[in-house]
Amino acid sequence: MAKIPQRKIHDYLRHDKKFPHVWCAGCSNGIVLGAVIRAIDELKLNRDNIVMVSGIGCSSRMPVYVDFNTLHSLHGRAIAFATGVKMYKPGMKVIVITGDGDATAIGGNHFIHAARRNLDLTVVLLNNNIYGMTGGQYSPATPHGDKATTTPYGNIDPNFDICKLAIGAGASHVARTTAFHAIELQKQIKEALEHPGFSLVEAICACPVIYGRLNKKGDAPAMMRNMRDNSIPIKAAEKLPPEQVAGKILRGTFIKEVRAEYTDAYQKMMDQLSPKEGE
Amino acid sequence: MTKEKATSKKTEKVEAIVEKKVTKAVIMQGNEAVAKGALAAGCDFFAGYPITPSTEVAEILSNELPKIGGTFIQMEDEIASMCAIIGASLAGAKALTATSGPGFSLMQEAIGFAKITETPTVVVNVQRMGPSTGMPTSPGQGDIMQSRWGSHGDAPAIVLYPDSVKEAFQLTIRAFNLAEKYRSCVVLLMDEVLGHMREAVTLPDLSTVRVINRIKPTVPPQWYKHYDENQKYLSPIASFGEGYRFHVTGLTHDDHGFPTNKPNEAAKMMERLNKKIKHNIRDLVQIETEHMHEAKVAVFAAGIMGRASKEAVKMARAEGLKVGLLRPLTIWPFPDDAVTKMLKDVDAVVVPELNEGQLFHELERLVRERKDGSLHRLNRNDGTVITPAEILTKIKEVYNG
Amino acid sequence: MSKKKMIKEVRFSGSGGQGLILAGIILARAAVEDGLNVTQTQSYGPESRGGYSRADVVISNEDINYPEATNLDILLSLTQEACDKYIFDLKRDGVLICDTSHVKNISIINDNTYEVPFTEIAQKELGSEIPTNILSLAFVVKVTNIVNEKSLETAIRASVRPAFIDLNIKAMKLGFKLAKEYQL
Repeated sequence: MAKIPQRKIHDYLRHDKKFPHVWCAGCSNGIVLGAVIRAIDELKLNRDNIVMVSGIGCSSRMPVYVDFNTLHSLHGRAIAFATGVKMYKPGMKVIVITGDGDATAIGGNHFIHAARRNLDLTVVLLNNNIYGMTGGQYSPATPHGDKATTTPYGNIDPNFDICKLAIGAGASHVARTTAFHAIELQKQIKEALEHPGFSLVEAICACPVIYGRLNKKGDAPAMMRNMRDNSIPIKAAEKLPPEQVAGKILRGTFIKEVRAEYTDAYQKMMDQLSPKEGE
Repeated sequence: MTKEKATSKKTEKVEAIVEKKVTKAVIMQGNEAVAKGALAAGCDFFAGYPITPSTEVAEILSNELPKIGGTFIQMEDEIASMCAIIGASLAGAKALTATSGPGFSLMQEAIGFAKITETPTVVVNVQRMGPSTGMPTSPGQGDIMQSRWGSHGDAPAIVLYPDSVKEAFQLTIRAFNLAEKYRSCVVLLMDEVLGHMREAVTLPDLSTVRVINRIKPTVPPQWYKHYDENQKYLSPIASFGEGYRFHVTGLTHDDHGFPTNKPNEAAKMMERLNKKIKHNIRDLVQIETEHMHEAKVAVFAAGIMGRASKEAVKMARAEGLKVGLLRPLTIWPFPDDAVTKMLKDVDAVVVPELNEGQLFHELERLVRERKDGSLHRLNRNDGTVITPAEILTKIKEVYNG
Repeated sequence: MSKKKMIKEVRFSGSGGQGLILAGIILARAAVEDGLNVTQTQSYGPESRGGYSRADVVISNEDINYPEATNLDILLSLTQEACDKYIFDLKRDGVLICDTSHVKNISIINDNTYEVPFTEIAQKELGSEIPTNILSLAFVVKVTNIVNEKSLETAIRASVRPAFIDLNIKAMKLGFKLAKEYQL
């Protein structure tokens, strides 16, 4: 994997405008931001041609820091806004930055329908298992039994497997890794950006200040170590007995298929109409 | 395909769709006139969700937009529809959605987003009887206040209200023009009766239609401010992909578009949102008057009730009564000056509405300030229209004091 | 030039699925063919089939302010419920045309009342109940002369799907013929 110097990352940031950032010390969001920028740099994408769209939440603050066309939209609606941008200018590279609550609770409907259409969006979902910005309420990705400020007796909700949700809805490229595996994350985001269709990269993130503290997960380094020790690549998992896989974070690319992409389908429909124009 | 070539080709195609209707009168439905008006105004993006009684707008545009290189998408709900048209507009589209009361309620948060980010968008609300699911195929005028105050926070609104199929065509074009000029979300309120009504119309020649497009920035990107203060707050607007790489947020922002918590910058942003409407009232407000110069009693009504009132006024005048009509084509901003003058000039005003008195409250507000005229409400909230004969009865009751 | 003011208010009433709104649109189109002003409105329930349905057409040589019919010159009722509901909206000398296949009781009858079993005739003569709307529309046009017969044909051709034009033109002609018989 190509590494780029720190200086070059700064070149992609609005460092003179919006820093310091809002994220807490030990938060994984910066690692994901770095991976996104490195993947974009590796692909030599024209930044005028990139639109980064986000919803509301800690992770959704990302667009304000980067020097692209940026749209910090409404809670849950990033994918709906992104759909408008992409459908009007299919030539643009549209990246959606979202969180577990933003994408799968309030924005669940938009998430599954964009996946179903196989619209060419690159969705980077930062899953920190909690609503961080509002102070630690449980999300659809908070593990069963965990503590949040609104589950003082433990979470009775089963949680989503977000990658399975995307696959079930029709996403054609779905991958997951953790913030600890930063290089793998960069690679997955790069592949997602290259994929023509709806792609999801679920980045498991550490929220030591809220989720970690409520659930006694230790400090930020401890949570990073947990990502390292408690996750396994899909390939390795396939060779293990189920009891050794249970409770582990599966890392890798779950699905990668080239299927009819939505803006292409729309263009084809228009092309078929042109000979009959003036009808 | 270059953009210019595509544009000229598009114009020809729009003419093929709209202009063939010009030479003679045709039967056209209100919702069809909205779709045709949108095309005439240069609309090239529609996102929507089916809902009675607005669905024909979506059906017609799903048929026409792909033919002219425009985009039609049926979204998963009305929230997504509103968000998608904002996204498309930021990328440069002239974007429309159409809905009815329940969908309009769902769109409110995003309508606020379009207003605070000053993103040109047009929303058609073909009102039906509410509240809630109400009576989907029956008229009601319950969304007059929702179109003004529906979204949280305190931002002004531009809302137009036609009374005929032809005016639906004209005001749809005007809605796009005002959205582009004032960089805001403009609402076209319709009545169910008008949306579904067919009428003989002769549409204006497309070449006579005045289309306003947003001003594009001419400064280099490093000098660009997404919310510039000059030109009565009607500042240029760049689109995504044009090299300006600006930031858009629903958070309170500075003039570059970056979030701010500073009271002075927040106040400046709010002042900008309000002043661009207040400073341009004359351009925004449109009214129609009939026989007001000699009226003793006036009828004030909008949309389908404006039309019924016109007939009632005609009937009253045939009986020798001095009655006039004031019909607002723009209901927000409210035509304060014209209404204040009316209240001063006449002895009494009758306000027929298909709600419990939403426009009536605005007249009460002005009466409190002026202490002239006396106000009489005439309300119905049962899914049917108040007939001219019923308005006439009320006029006579008021006229004879 | 002074034209005498003409305004006619027409209501087609029955239940959903009888094609009354289409009949209203066709009549409105024919009026435009005749160079007249016209508004066509409707009221119907949420059902695609069944429930109530009505189409109003107001035709005038002047501007039409109020678009709904309130004081009917012509009422066509294809169901008993519709006839009962709207008969009192008919002017004293208004024309009432009922489909006696479904309308069994008419509360007021005058010289301008026509009782015709349209549905049964359509079934028997045209092999289907479906063109009952055009059959009765043509009958209305013939007995009232509200629009030109030729304009009606043009409007029908412009409004129905190509595959059904022949059947509907046949229904129209049958409607004209029936009207002649009833007018004798």
